[in-house]
Amino acid sequence: MPADMSADKPEVPLVAIDQRTLDEVALSRAEYLQILELLGRAPNDVELGLFGAMWSEHCGYKNSRPLLKRFPTSSPRILVKAGEENAGAVDIGDGLAVVMKIESHNHPSAIEPYQGAATGVGGIVRDIFTMGARPVALLDSLRFGPLSEPRNRYLFSGIVGGVGGYGNCLGIPTVGGEIYFDASYSGNPLVNAMCVGLMESGKLIPAKASGAGNPVLLVGAATGRDGIHGATFASVEMDEASEERRPAVQVGDPFTEKLLMEACLELRDTGWIVGMQDLGAAGLTSSTVESAHKGHAGIDLDVSKAPRRESGMTPYEMMLSESQERMLVIARRGHEDDVRALFARWGLRSDVVGVVVDEPVIRVREGDRIAAELETRLLTDEVPAYVRDGEEPPELAKLWQFDMSSLANSLPAPADALLKLLGSHDLCSREDVYRTYDTMVGANTVLGPGSDAAVLRVRDAADHETDKYIALTTDGNGRLTWLDPFNGGALAVAEAARNIVCSGATPLALTNCLNFGNPEKPTVYYQMSRAIDGMAAAARILETPVISGNVSLYNESFGTAIYPTPVIGMVGLLEGREPVPCAFQAAGDAVGVLGPWSVTPDTLGGSSYLAEVHDTRAGRPPQLDLEIERTVQQVTLAASAAGLIRSAHDCSDGGLGVALAECCMWSGLGLHIALQMPEDVTGSALAATALLFGEAPSRIVVSASPENWDALSALAEARGMMLTRLGSVGGDRLSFPPLLDVPIEEMFTTWRQGLRPFAETPEAEQAHVRTDRIE
Amino acid sequence: MSETVTSEIVGQLQRWQARVEVTLKPVVLDPQGDAVLHGLHQLGFDAVSRVRVGKYLELTLAAASQNDAETLVRQMCDRLLANPVIESYTFSVEPGNPPTA
Repeated sequence: MPADMSADKPEVPLVAIDQRTLDEVALSRAEYLQILELLGRAPNDVELGLFGAMWSEHCGYKNSRPLLKRFPTSSPRILVKAGEENAGAVDIGDGLAVVMKIESHNHPSAIEPYQGAATGVGGIVRDIFTMGARPVALLDSLRFGPLSEPRNRYLFSGIVGGVGGYGNCLGIPTVGGEIYFDASYSGNPLVNAMCVGLMESGKLIPAKASGAGNPVLLVGAATGRDGIHGATFASVEMDEASEERRPAVQVGDPFTEKLLMEACLELRDTGWIVGMQDLGAAGLTSSTVESAHKGHAGIDLDVSKAPRRESGMTPYEMMLSESQERMLVIARRGHEDDVRALFARWGLRSDVVGVVVDEPVIRVREGDRIAAELETRLLTDEVPAYVRDGEEPPELAKLWQFDMSSLANSLPAPADALLKLLGSHDLCSREDVYRTYDTMVGANTVLGPGSDAAVLRVRDAADHETDKYIALTTDGNGRLTWLDPFNGGALAVAEAARNIVCSGATPLALTNCLNFGNPEKPTVYYQMSRAIDGMAAAARILETPVISGNVSLYNESFGTAIYPTPVIGMVGLLEGREPVPCAFQAAGDAVGVLGPWSVTPDTLGGSSYLAEVHDTRAGRPPQLDLEIERTVQQVTLAASAAGLIRSAHDCSDGGLGVALAECCMWSGLGLHIALQMPEDVTGSALAATALLFGEAPSRIVVSASPENWDALSALAEARGMMLTRLGSVGGDRLSFPPLLDVPIEEMFTTWRQGLRPFAETPEAEQAHVRTDRIE
Repeated sequence: MSETVTSEIVGQLQRWQARVEVTLKPVVLDPQGDAVLHGLHQLGFDAVSRVRVGKYLELTLAAASQNDAETLVRQMCDRLLANPVIESYTFSVEPGNPPTA
């Protein structure tokens, strides 16, 4: 038998290649054979490096591309669809467009948290201004392991520091984001940075290289050995020069980025260029290949003309370096000196390093020697796409059967549970984090961090105020997606849209960052596939097409995958009226809940209550009904457009109890609930717990002046949507007899203190924390 | 009894002076160094072609021997004074002056 099997094997490859070489470029043997077949010869080292980079998940989306096709991607407002450019663009009227994208920098942040997060911000900002848009806002969605572990505290303070350190220098406000903690992120934190830009819709700069003879310029920082995967380092003998060759952690230089941004935005209006592409992952390789491919042309590149930070760099290293703050500019022939003069005025170096050619190839020279020559098609269209078989994680069925009645004997008093939730790391105030960010620079932030959605004033191209606002948010819940991938994906989109709607804005489009484990594991692939289905279903119904995104796979440490964590970034538009705040506004206002009223114990499935109070992550999360969700959002929008509501805040983590507490704490105004309680609630502590902390979706807490209440009720009723009146704003307590009666002051103190011990003393903290780095 | 032991140990400790230099690893980008270089060029010091900025620390510590003192300083560098992912350090340890009365 063994003899027969070996006879069936494909032919022995033309050229022997050892596994280590393949591992270094992260290609499988099957992929290498495919390359041999496509090329008709063996690739040299540089060419193999180009294949490795372009066939990676990060550049080639080989595991996710077939799944991403399930997303809805168009609407009449979409100007640039997903995948067409560095980021998507959506029309907001009057010749203005919003450009946005979210991107991960998880692995670099796990190694060097400050620089990893900083260069993550730098990378996403470049994606936006590369298109000719001015970046106006940053949001950051972060996940960490529990802060009880020193290493996680070190990552937390480093990453938060890096986000602020880079963003603050650029003069772009950080207006929102999320932070969650779970053991599944220990050793593999998530850093997803989102940037939003504004531009005149006609001024988009494409990321393409076209027009044979047009010069290709490399602009900005010199190239060093930053972020190269270490192939050359590992394949040479160790000697005294080894330290010099070791691949380096990328270090960000925000001041250079600021100069690059201003120079590129000035360049946009000159007419001297045909395209521009930033250098991100896989540096010169991906920027030249992708822009040439997009322009149906080729690029002939001489790496010896590119400025270097270090001596002795090989073409391989030049092509794969991920040095930051660099940009590829394709100028119109004859304007290269104009372009160079413009950059020089901003104190930036620029060099002509290549030329656009007619043939669809990427040719890498080092002086006269050709180091690599490949058809761009091989690095783009020919990237393999894997459709794998998913397999439902075996633990799901058991987790779903978790019996809530088993909690009946261990339920704390509702007030104690509420305070525990408010003080928990997942739900407490993030102020100690975002106060280190510049949230106001530019003076357009109307609602900043801490609101359901951030709201920014829109200025036009002449820097005049308009009557438009954009609303921005990020959302994603790994625990819910782990417990129910389809539902978790749908909930992330629904909650993002609900947050936008609470501010009074209409959701327009979304960007997403798909953080998953190793897709070669059938259970991880299942999570990814189902979560994408859920996101796609919600995005369709809520009319928020996907305009950009990023995929981060292999997020595992010690062989265990992170919670599947799709993160949604969303933009909405508000025109001609003021945004709606989340907090209560005036004593005497009527408070109600818009949306289905559910008190069944199973709504505790996957809830923050279970996780924080009972240290249990189980149950099936309440199912999202997309039609109900859409109606709730439409009624809320109609009510805010008619001026009927004074505040709106969605119920999510911690359920109704936490949502009401937040409305009180943020305003300093109490709430007295005078609700005729159904008997099954007053008689059952479990039902009362579910009422307060169950996380049934599609619910929004609204407040309205009493004279508007009837109109609001009529509006809801006309759409068949439930509106339950809870009580009235007033006093200094959240009182919900007979369940709950807590002073606002007590809730606020608990909530406000949650992260303070970890956000303040970074130096002392580090001393504590480095300990485990060397153990 | 225990008091005697403690005072004996203290009696054996000596005072040491450590000098620590922390620098970015050679291949790591140094924006601060680049800014200093740029400033020097603007002042006309064209002779300068490269600047790397690091930090210098002086520590006074007590240890039973030079070897112990070096071990302590190395631990301090690994845990706090340097970031081993992007920085290297060197240090020297010398007998320190007796405390002034």
